[in-house]
Amino acid sequence: MTAPVPTARPKLRSPARLRYDEARQTELLLLPERVVRLNPTAGAILRLCDGTRTVAGIVERLETEYNQKGLEPDIVDFLAEAADKGWVESWERSCPTP
Amino acid sequence: MGEELPYALTAELTHRCPLHCVYCSNPVELRKREEELDTGEWLRVLEEASGLGAVQVHFTGGEPLLRPDLDILARRARELGMFVNLITSGIGLTEERIVRLAEAGVDSFQLSVQASEPGLADRLAGFRAHDRKREAAAAIVACGLPLNMNVVLHRHNIGQIEEIVDLCASWGANRLELAHAQYYGWALMNRDALLPTREQLAAAEEAFARAKERHGRSLELIWVVPDYYEDYPKPCMGGWGKLSLAVAPDGRAYPCVAASSIRTMEFESVRERSLGWIWRESASFNAYRGFGWMPEPCRSCDRRFQDFGGCRCQAFLLTGDASATDPVCHRSPHHRLIEEAAVSAARLSRRERAEQGEWAEQGEWAEQEEGAEQGERAERGVPGLSYRGLAK
Ligand code: SF4
Ligand code: SF4
Repeated sequence: MTAPVPTARPKLRSPARLRYDEARQTELLLLPERVVRLNPTAGAILRLCDGTRTVAGIVERLETEYNQKGLEPDIVDFLAEAADKGWVESWERSCPTP
Repeated sequence: MGEELPYALTAELTHRCPLHCVYCSNPVELRKREEELDTGEWLRVLEEASGLGAVQVHFTGGEPLLRPDLDILARRARELGMFVNLITSGIGLTEERIVRLAEAGVDSFQLSVQASEPGLADRLAGFRAHDRKREAAAAIVACGLPLNMNVVLHRHNIGQIEEIVDLCASWGANRLELAHAQYYGWALMNRDALLPTREQLAAAEEAFARAKERHGRSLELIWVVPDYYEDYPKPCMGGWGKLSLAVAPDGRAYPCVAASSIRTMEFESVRERSLGWIWRESASFNAYRGFGWMPEPCRSCDRRFQDFGGCRCQAFLLTGDASATDPVCHRSPHHRLIEEAAVSAARLSRRERAEQGEWAEQGEWAEQEEGAEQGERAERGVPGLSYRGLAK
């Protein structure tokens, strides 16, 4: 498991897609063979993984949104795990500049 | 307990297929073209499935590309916000068709492969398919789309795991699912000739670990375990009528694609009922929901919340009782059926090895399947096997 550097720009790994599901009131991650029910935090992080925002930018945005400090370690851990599971592109392969 | 909402719909658009794979899990009684739902009916199925909560659709078959309305269906599914997965043999998948389908809304193409080289692959499929699959893979990659692949494993290709993984990597796959054959439909008819031996399985697991070591970073590898050699059954479909549903070419709705094999049960068709009614109210979908239907030993077993007593179709096919404990479970009173299958497969496997020379000497195909072009039929290579859609 490799943690992303603050300048990495995480991006959902194609063909994964996010969808907010009205019926279940939750964010779903749609993958070729499965559907993952995300908790609100995971959903909020993945929503921001659009390949243009940096990890630092995502942290800043969520800290503002939730009016909280010190979210970085949790976000970085989650992203490392998400890359491991193939939800987002892994850092070695992702383009440093879009 | 809140109401269950299905996540996924498997839409078996047709049973027609140019291939005749010996391990095909389609029912032995294949539905004919005249029985297939038309475009309007499929559109309604998609809408009703989405209304029920399905967020993913797997278009499969048979060969879904044989349906000229596939674009229309993919477009509608995508409009409904569904993730659209196309499961194909690759026959008929040209670059032009890929572009059209991707524009219509197909999110992911999943291409099957039979073996690591054309000789065996074409004998297993009963069709000269391998080279055309290579072209289809190249076309998917050329279109800049991720290439998902899958291979069904059984005795005749289980010794080639590393070669198969290498092949898919060289074709540019992002993801490869290695799934052991599930013994329903044609595969069950051929079980003695397909089930690997315990030794082959052990060797295959090692080969898989080596392949993962080599390719694991660039190619996502998924291993679907063969349940015959497990102590406990698989949690089939994550529970009956719980996470997903399937609609067959003729419109009958099932909790799982294999469930049409349960002949003692009446399954409703979307031609007569709405999918919502079938999901919520039908006797078939409610039959094995929850835990109250379970006989012993499942009824008092702690694992029932984990594996739901295993697969209902397998229970029916092997014991004649769909509510029985899956015979794969070592606690099942019918477990010896599984052990006997393994013994008889091992016996046949020894004989095959002794007679190996005879393989490729069989005659030409007896029948011409729709969609197959002249000169493409491969030679029937494996004696004693029933080829899907062809008389034994
Ligand atoms: S397993 Fe083979 S024969 Fe069966 S539907 Fe798939 S490609 Fe066709
Ligand atoms: S007895 Fe039934 S619930 Fe228990 S492990 Fe076996 S199949 Fe599963």
